[in-house]
Amino acid sequence: MTTKLFGEPVRRREDARLIIGKGRYLDDIGHDALAAAFVRSPHAHARIVDIDVEAALDVEGLVAIYTYEDLSGALAEPLPVLIPHPQLHAPRTGYPLANGEVNHVGEPIVMVVATDRYIAEDACDRILVSYEELPVVVGVDAARAATHAVHTEIPDNVAARHHQETGDVEAALGASAHTLEFTQYIERSACTPMEGKGVHARWDADDSSLRVYTSTQASTSVRAAIAAKLALSLDKVEVIAPDVGGGFGVKIVHPWPEELLVPMAAIALGREVKWAEDRREHFISSAHERQQRQEIRAGYDDEGRITALDVHIWHDNGAYTPYGIIVPIVTATQLVGPYVIPTYRVIVESVYTNTVIVTPYRGAGRPQGCYAMERTMDRIADALDLDRADVRERNLIQPDQFPYDHHLTFQDGRPVIYDSGDYPGLMAKLRALVGWDGAETLRSEAAARGKLLGIGMAMYVEGTGPGPYEGGHVQVLGSGKVLVSTGLTTQGQGHETAFAQIVASELGVPIEDVEVTTGDTRRFPYAVGTFASRAAVMSGNAIALAARGVKEKALRIAADVLEAAPEDLEIDEGLIQVKGVPGTSIPLRTVAVLSNPLRYAFDEAAKQATQFAGPGDDSKPPVAPGDAPGLEHRDYYSPIRSTFASGAHAAIVEIDPTTWEIDIVKYAVVHDCGTIVNPMIVEGQVHGGVAQGVGGALYERMAYDGDGQLQNASFMDFLMPYASEVPDVVIDHQMTPSPLNPLGLKGAGEAGVIPGTAAIASAIEDAVGRRIAAMPISPTELYDLVRNPDSELTATAGRRAGTGAMA
Amino acid sequence: MSVDTERTITITVNGVPREATVPVRRLLSDALRHDLGLTGTHVGCEHGVCGACTVLVDGDPVRSCLMLAVQVDGHEVTTVEGLARDDNRGGQVLHPVQEAFRECHALQCGFCTPGFLMTIAAGLEKRDPSAELTEEEVDDMVGGNLCRCTGYANIKKAVHHAAAAMQDGS
Repeated sequence: MTTKLFGEPVRRREDARLIIGKGRYLDDIGHDALAAAFVRSPHAHARIVDIDVEAALDVEGLVAIYTYEDLSGALAEPLPVLIPHPQLHAPRTGYPLANGEVNHVGEPIVMVVATDRYIAEDACDRILVSYEELPVVVGVDAARAATHAVHTEIPDNVAARHHQETGDVEAALGASAHTLEFTQYIERSACTPMEGKGVHARWDADDSSLRVYTSTQASTSVRAAIAAKLALSLDKVEVIAPDVGGGFGVKIVHPWPEELLVPMAAIALGREVKWAEDRREHFISSAHERQQRQEIRAGYDDEGRITALDVHIWHDNGAYTPYGIIVPIVTATQLVGPYVIPTYRVIVESVYTNTVIVTPYRGAGRPQGCYAMERTMDRIADALDLDRADVRERNLIQPDQFPYDHHLTFQDGRPVIYDSGDYPGLMAKLRALVGWDGAETLRSEAAARGKLLGIGMAMYVEGTGPGPYEGGHVQVLGSGKVLVSTGLTTQGQGHETAFAQIVASELGVPIEDVEVTTGDTRRFPYAVGTFASRAAVMSGNAIALAARGVKEKALRIAADVLEAAPEDLEIDEGLIQVKGVPGTSIPLRTVAVLSNPLRYAFDEAAKQATQFAGPGDDSKPPVAPGDAPGLEHRDYYSPIRSTFASGAHAAIVEIDPTTWEIDIVKYAVVHDCGTIVNPMIVEGQVHGGVAQGVGGALYERMAYDGDGQLQNASFMDFLMPYASEVPDVVIDHQMTPSPLNPLGLKGAGEAGVIPGTAAIASAIEDAVGRRIAAMPISPTELYDLVRNPDSELTATAGRRAGTGAMA
Repeated sequence: MSVDTERTITITVNGVPREATVPVRRLLSDALRHDLGLTGTHVGCEHGVCGACTVLVDGDPVRSCLMLAVQVDGHEVTTVEGLARDDNRGGQVLHPVQEAFRECHALQCGFCTPGFLMTIAAGLEKRDPSAELTEEEVDDMVGGNLCRCTGYANIKKAVHHAAAAMQDGS
């Protein structure tokens, strides 16, 4: 059947507008809107002594200036703690505009509204804010030392102490044949979508309603937040995510101050108001992720099997905790990866620093967890002189152990029970794909060319598709067009195509007839958001269920008309027919017309549904009890718990021992996200994720100085990979469907980024024979490491030196 | 800063002469987007690094966030909206690089895409279409623009795809 498009590499439907410049991103909306700009703190920690706006008042085109004093009601209260948790004992959030104190460079203090952005920024430049500077805390180590406090009333800087354990880890370590312990660091990076955030608001004074466009990953929740903070009835607020130029996590946080202040100004001024974030604002006023100090103790037996694992992490959460402790929880629970860990204890102390807030960035704590676990595997292999792949294999959960319960609690409050997987299968494919067993030959060949070659690998399990729910609505119109909507948003993942494939396949209609709308509260008001690789799993299944509901109703109506049993009918290419009886058919669009009994005909098709069109059953009402007019269905998918995708990456690096430049010469990915809706889109997600993984391993970091100034807050200085930095990627797939959802899907969005840092660190360590205990690593840092006589050699390096193989 | 200094300029945009009165400090990117309503040109960094705002001025790719609108007075500008050509039947024929981007899944969020399309289109237009496309040429056409979604693999593939189509069409 031509309509069975599920699983096919269908070309993306959204591209038609995006390649001709007809996309509609936030800043493309509201041509005549007033522009907002912000005065942001130049200090990392200070009390605000005075705000003098006098000089700005002369700027021609100035419309309004707002400070904290202008906020009232709920808007004057701190921003919400979006995800409260009992272990988040000292949550703090900022205010929409600073209330007397600033806690990071970039915190908004004054909003200016003017006739255009240039003028708004002119006015911002003239506003004088006086500060009393306070001591600054930067980095996990300074936060932990607690010489100074970010928030006076939290002297130890600890926001949360997240703790999970599955047994007596001290006893298990004591009983282990071997133990090792080490400390390592991972630095900050950030989502850095090509389009920053942005908000446009329009107030209709005549019916007291507000329409807000925002570049968000959670339009329904932004709507609820705006209604609550601005004291509006929910039915008077609509929020729409237009085309969104990338998210990667940063746009799941909400409400951003601007998402409240721009609507506030639009209402106050009775004019459209818009703010589009510039690149520097995005660096200093949005969100970062990833910095942790990890202290790890592991017990293991003679074969390299882990017997106990004790992990203590200090996690830099920045100045505030609006997103709770989701990232710490994800690190703590996803750290265990595909392995059997008999006894596990993890403590993550989430600490305040005077830096930009830390909220999920693609991977959301998983890259750090993977880095901790996989580097532990490497160290065990090194200590026992075993192959790193062999050690991993011996620790893997076996295919007959599913469902596998780790006895941990995940970020959705549900147990970490792996639903399905084949981890030895991943490992076998990865070994073959990267040529693991031929690495020594490659090493010798590279050495002959004067290069140091190393190989590394990392495996991961990713909890995807967490609840609580998503919904889908499918409606067949009398024209034959099939309208599909879900409240979940889109930032480039191709949902218009993937969801249309699902509906076309479920309903048996041409994909050309299907129109998908996402992230528009006018169309679907109930949703959670796009994060945690959940869109396909959650909305995909909800939409499939909605399509099945439509199909059931269509067949019921058609069965009446065709005088056949519903189970004898099928839908193909939009035509309902009796199976095996060509010619006995009725178009789906006609069923849609008949599904809505009419009094008034407005076109030829509608005449078929009017009250004198045909004989009816006078003993029954036109709409049966329990039925509803229209060929449409709304349904929800709410999973019992997350589904767990998995994968394995390997990298081969070549290092030039004169420049210490690190060149990734091969990057291999084996990937299992269950059933795949569109393999082209999934591979695209993997490619993009790997590029971010490479960036995080070798190039990207947030270079804060001791004063809390972000020294590289531009694309000139923050080294986001260009094409020249991203290696070619070879991909192999494994498909282990999830038993938890109707379509067998697992999430695919974040996977590509997760093991990059761990695999590349392993490869560099293998190449140079020195412990790599801080990532990312630059050529300069690598040079400093190898020339430092105190840097730790690996045992493998010592053994190679004995054989003369070490450079 | 004086902001009242305005100038009326004439730019031929996508083949059509357009007149606009703009402050002298207006960036070309902002003039295209906000004064002329051509929002297909995107602004990703406003400091000339990402390339999302790339347009063609007299056929050459430039970063429109690093030029003032008044600098192109009297010049020809091509934006992504002008990349497809009319088919003389009321429709449009996509440029081979546009077709290739869709065919090769060379875009995800699409925000950087106009800049890549303009840069690559200019690169392909300037070369001898019958010559074999080298990886070095591809790297040159792709290497100056940032994309956060795709990892570039499919963008490179699209350059090959477009070059092959132009070779067949030449």
